[in-house]
Amino acid sequence: MATGTEPPPTHSGVHGATRATIGARHLRTDRWWLSPALTAGGLLAFVLYSTWRAFANADYYAAPYVSPFYSPCLSENCAPMRGGPNWEIIGGWWGLSPALLILIFPLGFRLTCYYYRKAYYRGFWASPPACAVAEPHKKYTGETRFPLILQNLHRYFFYAALLVAGILTYDTVLTFRDEQYAWGHMGLGTVVFLVNIVLIWAYTLSCHSCRHIVGGRLKHFSRHPVRYRLWGWVSKLNARHMQLAWASLISVGLADFYVYLVASGAFDDPRFF
Amino acid sequence: MSSYQAGFRVWRGDQDGGELEDFTVEVNEGEVVLDIIHRLQATQASDLAVRWNCKAGKCGSCSAEINGRPRLMCMTRMSVFTREETITVTPLRAFPVVRDLVTDVSFNYAKARDVPSFVPPPGVAAGDYRMRQVDVDRSQEFRKCIECFLCQDTCHVVRDHEENKPAFAGPRFLMRVAELDMHPLDAAAESGLDRKKTAQEEHGLGYCNITKCCTEVCPEGIKITDNALIPLKERAADRKYDPLVWLGNKIRRRGE
Repeated sequence: MATGTEPPPTHSGVHGATRATIGARHLRTDRWWLSPALTAGGLLAFVLYSTWRAFANADYYAAPYVSPFYSPCLSENCAPMRGGPNWEIIGGWWGLSPALLILIFPLGFRLTCYYYRKAYYRGFWASPPACAVAEPHKKYTGETRFPLILQNLHRYFFYAALLVAGILTYDTVLTFRDEQYAWGHMGLGTVVFLVNIVLIWAYTLSCHSCRHIVGGRLKHFSRHPVRYRLWGWVSKLNARHMQLAWASLISVGLADFYVYLVASGAFDDPRFF
Repeated sequence: MSSYQAGFRVWRGDQDGGELEDFTVEVNEGEVVLDIIHRLQATQASDLAVRWNCKAGKCGSCSAEINGRPRLMCMTRMSVFTREETITVTPLRAFPVVRDLVTDVSFNYAKARDVPSFVPPPGVAAGDYRMRQVDVDRSQEFRKCIECFLCQDTCHVVRDHEENKPAFAGPRFLMRVAELDMHPLDAAAESGLDRKKTAQEEHGLGYCNITKCCTEVCPEGIKITDNALIPLKERAADRKYDPLVWLGNKIRRRGE
């Protein structure tokens, strides 16, 4: 038995000198690796797809649909979109894909999102790979230092994400036109865009920063009944934040892919009326 | 009643060394892992050390790791395992072992003492506290904690990095800070104690990377990460990283 007078142990973690001597990193018998593997695979697939589409600078507009990856279009080198989000704020000097200018905001929002942080810390960084499975890193400082201390900027990306969601809502309204820009029409793409925008709003509003801002920061709910009610609604959405994160990630990718298929001529948008 | 013989591997030893020992032990319908450990004690290993008390999931004493997962032995039904499965029981692997299944959890009591307690509101006698239910709902969820320390055990910040123990209070005590910061009558701020600031600077809130293992293992089902740690991180962000809040505080202070 230890007497309490020994110097502090030099080993770290579950193999430390004072811990129970068990050689294995973990003793879990379930398929603990499945969840982080699926998460990493899903995120990697989206990163590869969105990188291809963001750099492609082509097939992102087929009237009346604009890809969510390219909206709003902030440079002059965009396809003209009648009534659409052609906002040439930065002028003509930008030579790369205009998607790169706008994607940084939703990317920042998702990168600093509390759910995605869990997902990629577990899936890619193995910190930890799963509960009670020892991580492979010798040192750990968490989010106390640069660059991970920047995760605290999540609320600013949330504000930007609200603007982007507003613009995508505008794009969805524009899908109630036909190829000649006449209003009062609807196609399969309209349905795709509608589903996408509902999921984007649900994900954005279910954000933990949103929950904090609308009411979580209060000490006395009873003095702010409206904010308390809003907080209750956001809390219900927030309980589904992970599911909404995945659903909206898939839907935004599918909406872009739909526009790609129509714009590249691979598929004709079925018109309902 | 159907009984069967189950294979158990139980860690036995102390800080000088130890190993997993194999046992075959009778299991009856409706039993939990703690029942089997008690049967082992009664029939095959009379000197087996195990800490337990209520056997009802309320005292938090019988925390251990069962098949590598931090759990209460009294709340883990044998029916969740197949009859062919060998069940491995070890002490909590984040804390110094004392003997067999008993660990030294004094780290947690030291961290508990580091959190300044409730600051009574000035001018209100103890019996005159009045609070609306909606204002205490959040804190009451955290009061369900039974101090089993499974969240502290599974948190990789200290489980995998002994050197972080001085700087990191762990999820249970960050939740305590959140509980007090959300308490409608806590007058810490008025007395000059900024719990949001201390959460980050003294209790190591920044070490938490919200991977939610604490929530996964909590036997009381407390949403530690979503309802305590993330709100606390957002409150710290208000305090340290939000220039608008900072400016508002400056203006308010100049006006006082």
